[in-house]
Amino acid sequence: MPVESLFARLEPLLARVQKPIQYVGGELNATLKDWDTTDVRWCLMYPDAYEVGLPNQGVAILYEVLNEREGVLAERSYAVWPDLEALMREHQVPQFTVDAHRPVKAFDLFGFSFATELGYTNMLNAIDLAGIPLLAADRGDDDPIVLAGGHAAFNPETIAEFLDAAVLGDGEQAVLRITDIVRAFKAEGSPGGREELLFRLATDGVVYVPRFYDVDYLPDGRIRRVVPNRAGIPFRVAKHTVMNLDEWPYPAKPLVPLAETVHERYSVEIFRGCTRGCRFCQAGMITRPVRERSIDTIGAMVAKGLEATGLNEVGLLSLSSADHSEIGPLAKQLADRYEGQNVSLSLPSTRVDAFNVDLANELSRNGRRSGLTFAPEGASERLRRVINKMVSEEDLIRTVTAAYANGWRQVKLYFMCGLPTETDDDVLEIARMAAEVIKAGREASGKRDIKCTVSIGPFVPKPHTPFQWAPMLDHKTIDERLLKLRKAITADRQYGKAIGMRYHDGRPAIIEGLLSRGDRRVGAVIRKVWEDGGRFDGWSEHFSYDRWERAAAEAFGDGPLSLDWYTTRERGETEVLAWDHLDSGLDKEWLWADWQDSLAAVEVEDCRWTPCFDCGVCPQLGTDIQVGPTGRVLIPLSPVVGTGAVPWPTSRG
Amino acid sequence: MARAQPDREVIPVVQKLRIRYAKRGRLRFSSHRDFSRALERAVRRAALPMAYSAGFSPHPKISYVGAAPTGVASEAEYLEIGLAERRDPAWVMASLDSSLPPGLDIVECVEGQTGSLPDRIDASQWLLELPGADPAGLRAAVAAFLAEESVEVERMTKDGRRQFDARAAVVTLKVTDTTPDDVSGGTNCGILQLVVRHLTPAVRPDDVLSGLRAAAGFEVLTGTRVTRLAQGLLGEDGTIGDPLAADRGPVDQPAG
Repeated sequence: MPVESLFARLEPLLARVQKPIQYVGGELNATLKDWDTTDVRWCLMYPDAYEVGLPNQGVAILYEVLNEREGVLAERSYAVWPDLEALMREHQVPQFTVDAHRPVKAFDLFGFSFATELGYTNMLNAIDLAGIPLLAADRGDDDPIVLAGGHAAFNPETIAEFLDAAVLGDGEQAVLRITDIVRAFKAEGSPGGREELLFRLATDGVVYVPRFYDVDYLPDGRIRRVVPNRAGIPFRVAKHTVMNLDEWPYPAKPLVPLAETVHERYSVEIFRGCTRGCRFCQAGMITRPVRERSIDTIGAMVAKGLEATGLNEVGLLSLSSADHSEIGPLAKQLADRYEGQNVSLSLPSTRVDAFNVDLANELSRNGRRSGLTFAPEGASERLRRVINKMVSEEDLIRTVTAAYANGWRQVKLYFMCGLPTETDDDVLEIARMAAEVIKAGREASGKRDIKCTVSIGPFVPKPHTPFQWAPMLDHKTIDERLLKLRKAITADRQYGKAIGMRYHDGRPAIIEGLLSRGDRRVGAVIRKVWEDGGRFDGWSEHFSYDRWERAAAEAFGDGPLSLDWYTTRERGETEVLAWDHLDSGLDKEWLWADWQDSLAAVEVEDCRWTPCFDCGVCPQLGTDIQVGPTGRVLIPLSPVVGTGAVPWPTSRG
Repeated sequence: MARAQPDREVIPVVQKLRIRYAKRGRLRFSSHRDFSRALERAVRRAALPMAYSAGFSPHPKISYVGAAPTGVASEAEYLEIGLAERRDPAWVMASLDSSLPPGLDIVECVEGQTGSLPDRIDASQWLLELPGADPAGLRAAVAAFLAEESVEVERMTKDGRRQFDARAAVVTLKVTDTTPDDVSGGTNCGILQLVVRHLTPAVRPDDVLSGLRAAAGFEVLTGTRVTRLAQGLLGEDGTIGDPLAADRGPVDQPAG
């Protein structure tokens, strides 16, 4: 059955919208496959604007992994802005892929990657624009299987009624497993229809299928239990863990957009997972254990990636990049290779205690020496013990002193507000810490043009972390605390003018909190918000707190539930949490003990350098930490950019 | 030591190459900024020995002559690049073209011999395809437009709404009968051939369509396709010269 391109119908609309280039595809390295010669077809969607979604690593990796397979087709879709949405609805143009402009409804699988819960309304909008029934229960055999993946999928309960399935953890092997099951099912003539396919996927354990679980509630609103409602359905669904990153060197040929996007660099994950144990950090908890990519693989990926894209910035990504066991040699050898070629290296997440100026000098050798960014997260020593972000103020001052002495002029510090046990004084410490940084900088550089920017975001407790039981601080108190901090900074005559302060208002965080730790009853709120016009909730100009508050009040009515019940309420040890049946590998007992340690301001070490502290992940999932050093070196490669050393005319990759 | 401008050597230009390129199909929706980023990446992929500007963030030496508006296709856009080492223009054309996405196509590349490229361009020839337009109405509107001395139109610019004359810049405006096969909408498709002088403010094809409305009340339906066919010096006979002709050697490649 041929599927027609929607482009001819879309094209006249594009002349009437902002930045039409984001809807036309045609990117360098895009893959176009023949519809009829493939038998399993995926539409991958990052439910945000193209400029945010295109650089997403998760989608980029799966797009390549799937398209490399014979008989498998993967195309991409992104959220359309309201101007195009209105025209699409007026002219009955459905949600389309940007690769071949095929209608999303024609695909076998429609997978969403969620980095943040604030993309949920965009998911509903895309499903609706695609002409697919909003509720999973209303879908028929001709509708795609709607899946969610990404970090938010570790608690997909709030969107359970819209999802057919969710994938927990690393996607590379999981999407191939799903593909195999779908292919076999279709080859048999799709016996038993949609329900049977979902049953096969669920019994395999590759995905979580919400419809096969019943949730009962207690009169006070808490969950009584979550149980499978069919024989053969597992009680708990475990996450996927890719155990050898060197075998999965993706993205190898990332898409190069015509449109401007938020990141324009070739990014390579240098390791996955983190065991630093920061208690607020969901990413660190759900991606364990640490698995390093070896430096020769990284070196080869960087060379090929730059060649395939023409990009001139390399991002060495991970949750804490300076922790790679061979980060020093890696940075030095990459800097050597690209000496004088206008290629810059960046290390997005660095801890103060793992950072050193030699490393920073290597990174900035070929490019700009812009600002340095660190995330102490809490300004008081006590608070950093509570969150287990064990970097000391001495480390920070020593590092910034060296950085200022080496020519940096700008340091940015990230903090959170609303952390468990936090008081006004803890937050006011931010002003003192920033002043210390300026003081150290002025002394080290002998100059006065030293800047320190503090950026403060509200804390949102996340599932599968020791803070999953913690009460959120209400947004009014957060806003008041930040106002006090601003006053304290302004009042500092000596250093105040050198300190910049950026912060987010506390209200979007409350909604993120509702969506993060909510259960299936929150789905009605999301639906009401979408029906009321809610879109692009991650964008401040589109987000409306009032709309969410109104929808929550309507959906929850007079019962025990409320926005506060989901966010500012502290959970007890025995409470059944909405995501307890989803297995991140972490022992709930260990998480609880760590929560209690947190309240007592007791730290926990990193298992890479100390004995195992029994978080549960490795024995539960049969995994192990994989760290170097390997002692290997990057394969010397001829430069990518012409310095005259490249003979010509030669063929290029 | 203060972090001053890095003491990079300025790499001088030893060869100027003049390039004609096209914006085709769906990539006509790329803006000029989109194109220039794509080209900077393409020169790196193609490993061209570019000359760079000095400073903290050196930029490759690329200069553009005008640029078609977003959403408009073109067969005749021009730019000039500076190389730090000499290269065969034919090789540059092939490697640059294969480093750009299909739809952004290099049509011709010649070595700049003499003079300045912008001085060789003062007019454009455009093709406008208007699906669903009534041919008789279109002919009447064109005649009414051409009969006027001046036709005031309005357009949103960076500085807000602006009024200007769309008539004086128009050298020729003709309705032709040929219907290109690729136009969606099919049977009654109005086709206009337009030659405009590059004046300030620039008169664009959509301004001329606004002019048809202003002069004769002619309403254009959605789905208009516009393509720039040529740019160059306007000849006395109303034809447009080839801006790369002066750089082409006696035994050089044919025009694109």
